[in-house]
Amino acid sequence: MADDQKQLVQLPAPFAQWFAGRGWSLRPHQAALIDTAGRGQGGLVIAPTGGGKTLAGFLPSLIDLAVQPPRIHPALHTLYISPLKALATDVARNLAAPVQEMQLGISLETRTGDTSASRRQRQRAKPPDILLTTPEQLALLVASEHAKRFFADLKAVIVDEVHAIAQSKRGDLLSLCLATLRTWAPEARHIGLSATVRDPDALARWLGPDTPIIRHKGGAEANISVLDSEARIPWSGHTGRHNIREVYGHIREANMSLVFVNTRSQAEMTFQELWRVNEDSLPIALHHGSLDVDQRRRVEAAMAAGKLKAVVCTSTLDLGIDWGAVDLVVQMGAPKGSSRLIQRIGRSNHRMDEPSRALLAPSNRFEVLECRAAVEAVAAGELDGPGPRRGALDVLAQHIMGRACGEGFDGVKLYEEVTLAAPYKDLDWETWERVVDLVATGGYALKTYDRFRRIVKFPDGLWRARNDDVRRQHRMNIGTIIEDPMISVRIVSFMKGGEGKRLMRPGRKLGEMEEYFFEMLTPGDTFLFAGEVLKFEGISDTDALVTRTYDPDPAIPSYNGGKFPLTTFLADRVRRILHDRENWKKLPAQVREWIEVQERKSIIPQPDQLLIETFPRGDRHYLVCYPFEGRLAHQTLGMLLTRRMERSGLKPLGFVASEYALSVWALEDLRGEDMDQLFHEDMLGDDLDAWLEESALMKRTFRNNALIAGLIERRYPKHEKTGRQITFSTDLIYDVLRSHEPDHILLQTARQDAGDGLLDIRRLADALKRIKGKIVHSKLEQISPFAVPVMLEIGKEPVYSGDAAEAILREAEDDLVRDAMS
Amino acid sequence: MPENRSISHTRKDLAFEVAGECLSLLPCGALWWEDAEVLVVSDLHLEKASSYAARGQLLPPYDTGATLRRITALIENLAPATVISLGDSFHDRRARPRMAASDVTTIRTMTDQTDWIWIEGNHDPKPPEDLGGRIAHELVLGALIFRHEPTPGAARGEIAGHLHPCARVAGRGRSVRSRCFASDGERMVMPAYGALTGGLNVLDAAFDALFPKGMIAGVLGRDGVYATAGNRLIADTLRAAG
Repeated sequence: MADDQKQLVQLPAPFAQWFAGRGWSLRPHQAALIDTAGRGQGGLVIAPTGGGKTLAGFLPSLIDLAVQPPRIHPALHTLYISPLKALATDVARNLAAPVQEMQLGISLETRTGDTSASRRQRQRAKPPDILLTTPEQLALLVASEHAKRFFADLKAVIVDEVHAIAQSKRGDLLSLCLATLRTWAPEARHIGLSATVRDPDALARWLGPDTPIIRHKGGAEANISVLDSEARIPWSGHTGRHNIREVYGHIREANMSLVFVNTRSQAEMTFQELWRVNEDSLPIALHHGSLDVDQRRRVEAAMAAGKLKAVVCTSTLDLGIDWGAVDLVVQMGAPKGSSRLIQRIGRSNHRMDEPSRALLAPSNRFEVLECRAAVEAVAAGELDGPGPRRGALDVLAQHIMGRACGEGFDGVKLYEEVTLAAPYKDLDWETWERVVDLVATGGYALKTYDRFRRIVKFPDGLWRARNDDVRRQHRMNIGTIIEDPMISVRIVSFMKGGEGKRLMRPGRKLGEMEEYFFEMLTPGDTFLFAGEVLKFEGISDTDALVTRTYDPDPAIPSYNGGKFPLTTFLADRVRRILHDRENWKKLPAQVREWIEVQERKSIIPQPDQLLIETFPRGDRHYLVCYPFEGRLAHQTLGMLLTRRMERSGLKPLGFVASEYALSVWALEDLRGEDMDQLFHEDMLGDDLDAWLEESALMKRTFRNNALIAGLIERRYPKHEKTGRQITFSTDLIYDVLRSHEPDHILLQTARQDAGDGLLDIRRLADALKRIKGKIVHSKLEQISPFAVPVMLEIGKEPVYSGDAAEAILREAEDDLVRDAMS
Repeated sequence: MPENRSISHTRKDLAFEVAGECLSLLPCGALWWEDAEVLVVSDLHLEKASSYAARGQLLPPYDTGATLRRITALIENLAPATVISLGDSFHDRRARPRMAASDVTTIRTMTDQTDWIWIEGNHDPKPPEDLGGRIAHELVLGALIFRHEPTPGAARGEIAGHLHPCARVAGRGRSVRSRCFASDGERMVMPAYGALTGGLNVLDAAFDALFPKGMIAGVLGRDGVYATAGNRLIADTLRAAG
């Protein structure tokens, strides 16, 4: 339909001239959106990066504002929401140009966490025509006084990068706020801008009922290749060290490259390795979420100015600002999913007419298979992505509080509004009431907090926050992104103090790392950060103090930032590649040989089968299986298997999980075991519950739920100055609540989150169901070729056993006794 | 460094000598002085959750009940003649009116059954008088002196609370953080017993003045109390929740 549309849409004169002046013509999707706007409708625009998507979103608003007579009272016309603050700022800048050149006289402003209080106040009193902001700032606006009036004249809402935000708690919060805007400004058009996704219909529903989908194919095919390294491909590990010279060669040939990795530790490592071989002293920079913001901005600016040859980066550069000059995207290690790969490839060559160039550099043998699977998936145009999600209840609680802080709400009407938000369409009235009670009194069966209610039903029937303290507290704590406690990494210098003491003077901040990383280090340990080898000197308040050093063998920071598992979809493809001999021919010779030996010595499973191998080695017996379901699901499986084996008297000692496989070892021979029995899906019953309740992950999940729901506050007015953020332990709250009210709504939420997220229980459940009756057990005398990679992980990865905490304490005591005896 | 001869295990408890008296450190965080039939618990912080609730953070209202139930069970098992609550028994001065009737009954039963002593703390300089038991600033029994706040410098025989000692023990590529007893064999600081009480790492400077020659941490585990020397302990970073 889009091509015919072009003729129908007539641009107003200044716009037509502006387009003509640049030699541009209206693109079909831009025309289509102007057309739907004419009918009072929004739409979901699906187009690859660089397709003029953002301009398409704004064009109808610009035209509308340009042709209508100037308004006497300033009112907000268009609200633009971006997941990234930096993107909102960038879009504002890019939009300012046409507005100025066409002399449209339209005001546009950004509103982010950095916007000053006075400016915010002015924006509320005298709103700009177009406001560019983030989901959290929108939630704040919704929770403010007279919010309804502020949005009353709203004509358009534009949600950018909607694919990146819909399937998350941030997306839940945004969808609730959008539902509120529908109530307050029923005529406003809702427009979504998205990259190509697996299920456009679901995304359109997320945006609102009856949202038309406007597709824009365009762009040349991507040119993707898998690096066929001359060097020996490692069995395991993620260093990618073996092919760094070849990658460097490609970077040298290209104009500008983005080198994507999957974790921050890989980013540090890759950056180090690239500089080790950087004979031409090419300007190669590093960009990841832990680096200091200023540092990151400098790298981005240098890139925009074309001063860099390459940037090693994590998902921090997956979204956002266009880098026109990038003509090569390198993916170090496996891409983990075809949608992510396409998104990353889209970061190059935004000129659309030239093909994007991408190079995949697998870091081990299984990754060769995974990269191959990803290339095939992209060629076939197959995408992966999460299914529709159920809206989180902690986020709902936050929204209810927000509405109570703003206009106040009627219980029945707000329930109806909430169920119009796609993630909450199945919310039942009973659950709704429980969440309202959670907001009001904590939702406890023991009703003792009536006098401490946070929201109160007023005589006019509306619920409102009890007082200004409650309002202030809520507004300070809006948002769904809860990060692990972070600690600043600072370079120190030493000064001579009295009595020969050395005094440390904290200096420049290099960035931030998760606090728990430093809980593992003792002073003197070295690690890689911000592209340097650093020595840990100690902790001072909220700073980790470090010095520069030249240790050739630093510890690799094991911080988890940005680990994502292989998608189910890609896992299927890997299994198929593995099974089909025809495919082997396309693989590098060493990988092919590896698979052939596996076939000779053990078994190559059918694509729908699960291969389990058992063999003795040293004085232990090993079980290795290959579900290809990702490390998280494998860890959960390992935890449950060892519990079950413990009960059967097999004396399991530990296990280690990789992305592709799981290895469990025990004292007893495992070759006689009934594997159908051992891998039966009933392991997800009591064992799972029992283990889950105790697990640290569950406690962490609960903490986040309690913070998002507002049961506890991250920031509390009185405690701000001391820097102490939470003055009680959320682990203890979890323990008390669990033993006294196990069905509390937040515990239910925590279980659901843990199942979906960190523990990947849902995925494990699906896998166990799938392999039922399809297990092949290969009883071996010795280790198989496939088992080697995961066996090599033993010793590198932490080993799990049920009672690790007790074991650590017992060993510490043994130390003391040994010291005493010696 | 105290002599390690004084450490031995009976069941899950850790036997430990302080100023010549033999004490049992229990995994729940209580102290049992069998020779004198004295049970000591410290820093109960009753009604801590409701104190936060009054200020807008609706913590689960189960902490007082949970703490009292654990003490009741201890009294049933050990049948102590005397129970010492070593100060900060109540989280704030308005805790008493917020207490549930059932919790008040539980306390009165316990103070009836035993010679119960409320030591005054900084959170509860005047413990409520209608719950039974005696109120004291400090108490001397045999070689030991019981008071809420530990005194800097040598104080042989002092058993105190107040600091909520916690230890972080490293091993196997991770670390475990738990409440602990801290002692050098001369004096002791007890862990907080209350269900919602966090702690201060024993490597914090506050402990230096108490144990200038080092100390041993009796770390509370699920299965027992583990004696741990300073070289196995590591510092906390940000979250020293008190």
